[in-house]
Amino acid sequence: MKNTYQIEEIAGPSSREIMFSRILGHRGLIIGAAVLCVITGMAILAPILTSHDPFTQDLSNRLVQPFWDEKGSTSHILGTDALGRDYLTRLIYGARVSLLIGFSTALGSGIIGTVLGLLSGYYGGRVDMLVTFIITTRLTLPVVLIALAVVSLVGGTLPVVVSVLSLLLWDRFAVVIRSATKQIRSKEFVSAAKAVGCSTPRILFVEILPNLVGSLVVIGSLEVGHAILLESALSFLGLGVQPPTPSWGLMVAEGKGLLFFKPWLITFPGVALALLVLSLNLIGDGIRDVTASKGIE
Amino acid sequence: MVAFVVSAISFSLMFVSGDPAIAIAGEGSTEADIQVIRKNFGFDQPFHVQYWKWISRVAKGDLGESFYFQKPVVDLIAERMPVTGLLGLLSICFALTLSIPLGIIAAVKQNTVFDRFTLGLATIGQATPSFWLGLMLIVVSSVKLRILPVSGSSSLYHFILPTIVLGYYATPSMMRLTRAGMIEALQSDYIRTAHSKGLLPLSILLKHAFRNAILPVVSVAAVEFGFILGGSVVVESVFSLHGIGFLAWESISRNDFPTIQAIILVYAMIYVGLTFLADLLNAKLDPRLRATTS
Repeated sequence: MKNTYQIEEIAGPSSREIMFSRILGHRGLIIGAAVLCVITGMAILAPILTSHDPFTQDLSNRLVQPFWDEKGSTSHILGTDALGRDYLTRLIYGARVSLLIGFSTALGSGIIGTVLGLLSGYYGGRVDMLVTFIITTRLTLPVVLIALAVVSLVGGTLPVVVSVLSLLLWDRFAVVIRSATKQIRSKEFVSAAKAVGCSTPRILFVEILPNLVGSLVVIGSLEVGHAILLESALSFLGLGVQPPTPSWGLMVAEGKGLLFFKPWLITFPGVALALLVLSLNLIGDGIRDVTASKGIE
Repeated sequence: MVAFVVSAISFSLMFVSGDPAIAIAGEGSTEADIQVIRKNFGFDQPFHVQYWKWISRVAKGDLGESFYFQKPVVDLIAERMPVTGLLGLLSICFALTLSIPLGIIAAVKQNTVFDRFTLGLATIGQATPSFWLGLMLIVVSSVKLRILPVSGSSSLYHFILPTIVLGYYATPSMMRLTRAGMIEALQSDYIRTAHSKGLLPLSILLKHAFRNAILPVVSVAAVEFGFILGGSVVVESVFSLHGIGFLAWESISRNDFPTIQAIILVYAMIYVGLTFLADLLNAKLDPRLRATTS
């Protein structure tokens, strides 16, 4: 299907127009972007969207049913949790936590992975061997276990969770950037930059890095989703973000005890998590399809 | 070499928090208590001395003694290993039996409704948190339908739900890989030759295309098996399966360092072993690799 685009590309409209029409023609990308926009918008506008506070407990209004139930009310649209906190409000504020952790982790791990990948791809030889060794070692470590252990020892605050995950999730960045840099290294413009006498950092970050932005965005969006899922798993096990912070994983853990009586308590945060990660994955796959010169993987 | 570094990392984990003696003593302990613990466990010695002592014991197969259970860690792990091992095997079998046929059919019927459906399923699968899927399955199958046990590991039935969760988690990547491999193989010249020779379509599909498409899946399956073992921490705690993952979780919440270190080390070794196994298997399956290595 995508192959037809390529033929048009030769004589067709400008590359920007093609990119634009490709983006619009990619259903997954559009759906993903729309869902992400809605969730992000809700996270940013949280105080406007809801009049409740995510931390205020109201023990006389515990476990109010959602609005569709006979016993429910419209003042708490999705009911309240075991401590009488408005569930919709916590759900919306939970998006903030997930997005914050996801994006900052991807940024941190992206920087680590990109630097390692650039260095090993550009220099090759000993540096490459060293970086490959570091990557292999990292892949051998069980991520969930190490993250759990460190968080339990150091304490479950947002910065700790983000830095632990950043230090553990850079492998995909490093692997992809390494092989991409290897290919680019021998291109003419790199040799030209070298001949002109550019410094190595300049060649790496000004000449080579801009060519890798596409792959970085693709891996980045997938890794944001990955980090969000891991954070929720850590919080679910009680060793991630600590209460009373509204984290979706934590909300599932808090609702677990009432699994059989109030199943909506775990349904909503789970669906929210799945939707958010799904949208990020759709965007990642979409951008890969749109920017790929070959079309289908 | 990798094993050496991993052992160092898993050992140094104990010191991330600062002083492990304080962590073991717990809150409200006196300075004298902490001093005693520090002496008993040898925390008063320099780091490299402690590490050397630990690693030379590990090399002899002695992983130390659990603080909490007061038993050798080796025994603990041997006790719990069958549960996690069985769960891992069942899950990877489940994932393979699901992903390979689906991947093949999706590749043959490329861009049809079926293809879209399986790809959609894979994308959703990658986005669903495993602990949540586990809980939802518990609600639906055990409570609403009342067919399966919810927790424990006493019979094979107890493994059905955890297997589905872990297997579903590993399915998407292998399915995508099978599909991509099959699409590539089906477009190749040797398939066209096979067709023109008048071979049966099914035999072309399974004998010619599949053999080539399966190669990358084998190595990914090994990696996925490692991920499944890692993911078992979450799933075992959801279903209260008393395997290694559950042990790890318990030990982490109890600051039981020797057990945590040993489990991380064991997982890392299993992973190394698996990738090695996958390399061997690939060499066996792919004659080209054999020719170049021998």
